[in-house]
Amino acid sequence: METYFFILIGTVFVNNIVMSKILGLCPFMGVSRKLETSIAMGAATTFVLTLASGISYLIDTYLLGEALAYLRTLSFIVVIAGIVGFTEMFIKKNSPVLFRVLGIYLPLITTNCAVLGIPLLNVAERHDFVESLFFGLGGALGFTLVLVLFAAMRERLEAADVPAPFRGASIAMITAGLMSLAFMGFAGLIK
Amino acid sequence: MLEAILVMAGIALVLGGVLGWAAIRYRVEEDPLVEKIDAILPQTQCGQCGFPGCKPYAEAIAKGEADINQCPPGGEDGVRRLAELLGVEPKPLGEGLEPKPRAIAVIDENLCIGCTLCIQACPVDAIMGAAKQMHTIIADQCTGCELCLPPCPVDCIHMEVVKEDVASWKWRYPVHMMKRVA
Amino acid sequence: MTRRPRHFPGGIHPDQHKAESNATPIATMPLLPRYVVPLRQHIGTAARACVEVGERVLRGQPVGLAEGYVSTGAHAPTSGTVVAVEARAVPHPSGLFDTCVVIDADGEDRAVEFQPLAWRELDPSALRNRVRELGLAGLGGAVFPSYIKLNPAPQPIHTLIVNGAECEPWITCDDRLMRERAPEIVEGIAVMRHALGCATVLIGVEDNKPEAITALRAAVAAAGADFEVIALPTRYPSGGGKQITYLLTGVETPTGGRSTDVGIQVFNVGTAYALQRAVTRGEPLISRVVTVTGHVARPGNFETRIGTPINDLLAAAGGALAGASGEIVGGPLMGFALMDLAAPVTKAVNCVIVKNPSQFPPRPVDLPCIRCGACARACPAGLQPFEMYWYSRARDFGRAQGYDLFDCIECGACAYVCPSHIPLVDYFRHAKSEIWEREREKSNADQARQRHEFKTFRLEREKREKAEKFAKAAEQTKAAANAVETGADPEAERKKAILHAALERAKKAKETVTPKNTDNLPPAIQGEIAEIEARRRAAGLADTPEKTGNDTP
Repeated sequence: METYFFILIGTVFVNNIVMSKILGLCPFMGVSRKLETSIAMGAATTFVLTLASGISYLIDTYLLGEALAYLRTLSFIVVIAGIVGFTEMFIKKNSPVLFRVLGIYLPLITTNCAVLGIPLLNVAERHDFVESLFFGLGGALGFTLVLVLFAAMRERLEAADVPAPFRGASIAMITAGLMSLAFMGFAGLIK
Repeated sequence: MLEAILVMAGIALVLGGVLGWAAIRYRVEEDPLVEKIDAILPQTQCGQCGFPGCKPYAEAIAKGEADINQCPPGGEDGVRRLAELLGVEPKPLGEGLEPKPRAIAVIDENLCIGCTLCIQACPVDAIMGAAKQMHTIIADQCTGCELCLPPCPVDCIHMEVVKEDVASWKWRYPVHMMKRVA
Repeated sequence: MTRRPRHFPGGIHPDQHKAESNATPIATMPLLPRYVVPLRQHIGTAARACVEVGERVLRGQPVGLAEGYVSTGAHAPTSGTVVAVEARAVPHPSGLFDTCVVIDADGEDRAVEFQPLAWRELDPSALRNRVRELGLAGLGGAVFPSYIKLNPAPQPIHTLIVNGAECEPWITCDDRLMRERAPEIVEGIAVMRHALGCATVLIGVEDNKPEAITALRAAVAAAGADFEVIALPTRYPSGGGKQITYLLTGVETPTGGRSTDVGIQVFNVGTAYALQRAVTRGEPLISRVVTVTGHVARPGNFETRIGTPINDLLAAAGGALAGASGEIVGGPLMGFALMDLAAPVTKAVNCVIVKNPSQFPPRPVDLPCIRCGACARACPAGLQPFEMYWYSRARDFGRAQGYDLFDCIECGACAYVCPSHIPLVDYFRHAKSEIWEREREKSNADQARQRHEFKTFRLEREKREKAEKFAKAAEQTKAAANAVETGADPEAERKKAILHAALERAKKAKETVTPKNTDNLPPAIQGEIAEIEARRRAAGLADTPEKTGNDTP
């Protein structure tokens, strides 16, 4: 039980996928303009990532094994694409506005490097099935956390008196940098 | 080699099956987005966007066939709200689509010959009258679309800008005083 | 048992400046040669003018009638002649003109016959109708038509609060009124209680007006009433409707609601006094007490007729002293700058302050918000003004509304304490009016959409009906043709006969038609006409009946 807890804490705070592994920056910058959207994007990514890490573990262990290890990346990408396709249809049916708002970023979960990165890290760190699930969930929660925090800050920034040269993407980058610095403070949280 | 092909084909088959099922299960009948866009449009039904009314324009936006900056009565504010809804960058209004101050049509009742052409043109039934009877405009219902101007054979309709009065007056944005630098 | 007032959050203690104007008794303004009575003096729809230029009016005669539900009338302040019904300067922050009835006084000051009401026997509904005709509106500043507030529906009212807090600095009109006319106020409150049918009556007065409290207590005792007069700690804005409700009862008004939602109605003491006059004397609301203070020669309170130009009022107070730097209508915190001294006193005007640069220095340059939170600590409504300001300034009104912008009572406490001198209330007022405008536009758009959809539907229906009719007609012609072919259609024959008969009748009628205006003429003229007609016929000028007859069927 303790292991799972540490995996969660470790992936959410200490080794945050965005802040310390610098994965998944594309949706981090792209979908953080509005708080509601970012929460939805976080939820969609969490769903995809947890599912993807579980399924890719199963595929890697039972289907590929050592013999077909060279198919790992390829098959993971296919699996992720399939899950994203499913999620897309689901959201389109249940929340058309969200579908429209997420726009290009929804299919882009497929190419979200975090979503491929986590299953690959799972393999590299030799996690078992449940550990893989927790690793995926934790990574996704960490991603959602920073995305939502960042979106909240950007919403306030929108109303702020930012000097003209820093408006838009530049102030967002500076904010992201400061956030990353702040997350470094979590290093050493777990011995 | 055969093994690899079989594995990949298997994965593809399973995923294809799931996606096919989902496509049927989660089929979208109609796009409720149109309603949301239509709610933002000002409903003048003026056709300045190039579509015959607000709803068709909303449908075109939802399909991605029309840009969001084609509605002058909605103004910059309308464009901004559309952009917010659709998650795109706001842009200035299109060429030759500058917003005008809000105005309503007024019929010069001395010149009106009662031809009913304007009544047919009015998209919101804001003109009262009957054949060979004087017509008049219900000011509260007029959207200022100007569609009644061209059909009038005696040019007795003109637009009057709505003036601000004590009841419709708005508090201004406060003046931000700057510090004088020597 | 006396209630101990509670404590609402926030509030401020600005300098009182009451002593300048509360030392002298209420003076009565002399009769002026001209009065300007605006038709929009209350919240709601403007009254409709019911007099014409040149018409002679008497004091108390209606010049404007209530239009719609939220409206009330306006009355002539003296006898004289209506010289204009036109747009004139009015006391409004915009400085825009509004429709006013201008009356030249004849100096006689003759009144219409006032009808006193036996209110104790009167049905509350009849009483309210009378109050509506007499033009009563809340004199505390919001000028909401009183007859609506006197209606205990839809919510029954259990407690009536009479607001004599007068918490804003400089203003003393209610103070003087309570000191000098307490018995009348108490009787007015009894009328209110009769209309509302409520059990408890609480009168709240700030403890910086001990004379007023004593006078009211004496009047209540003399009348044998069970009204409770409660001294409130002096703290701005204890006179706000929601604040005084909380102070006296401990009941909080729900957000977005009114105190009536919790069964409590609040009236100003000035309104109680006006109601007493309206009911016992039958006199409409044509005067009120106005404080003139600040940089004037003789500050004080004046019984002023509604419609008195403000410059005449200032003259009565000895005029503005040298170095005056403008006028404020209302108090220094909630009032607004007067744009035009010709604007008249309305039912809403409780105070006119003449500014001077030492007491009212120009607003300092506003600095950026440092998020110190002083405004949130001062806010009597428990809001976060710095958040509302942040989004109002960025014109993100939706988010500002999310911070309960509409619970802001615009008391100005936040702007008063702001160390950066940010005019917070101006931003909130701007945001509120933008949101209202947007809502108005939205409802207009919804209406237009509905009408457009119905028109489209109607056109479709007409088209369909026409098509159906054509189809039916075509079928009938076909059937008729078939019948002709077979040579027997009694229906068609009958129709033809009727048509023929009708045509014949029309022909005959036309032949016998004659000009109608010649019927009742004397025989000599008739003969003349006949002669002329005959001549014209001979010359071939007139249409002969044979020519006009329509021969082609």
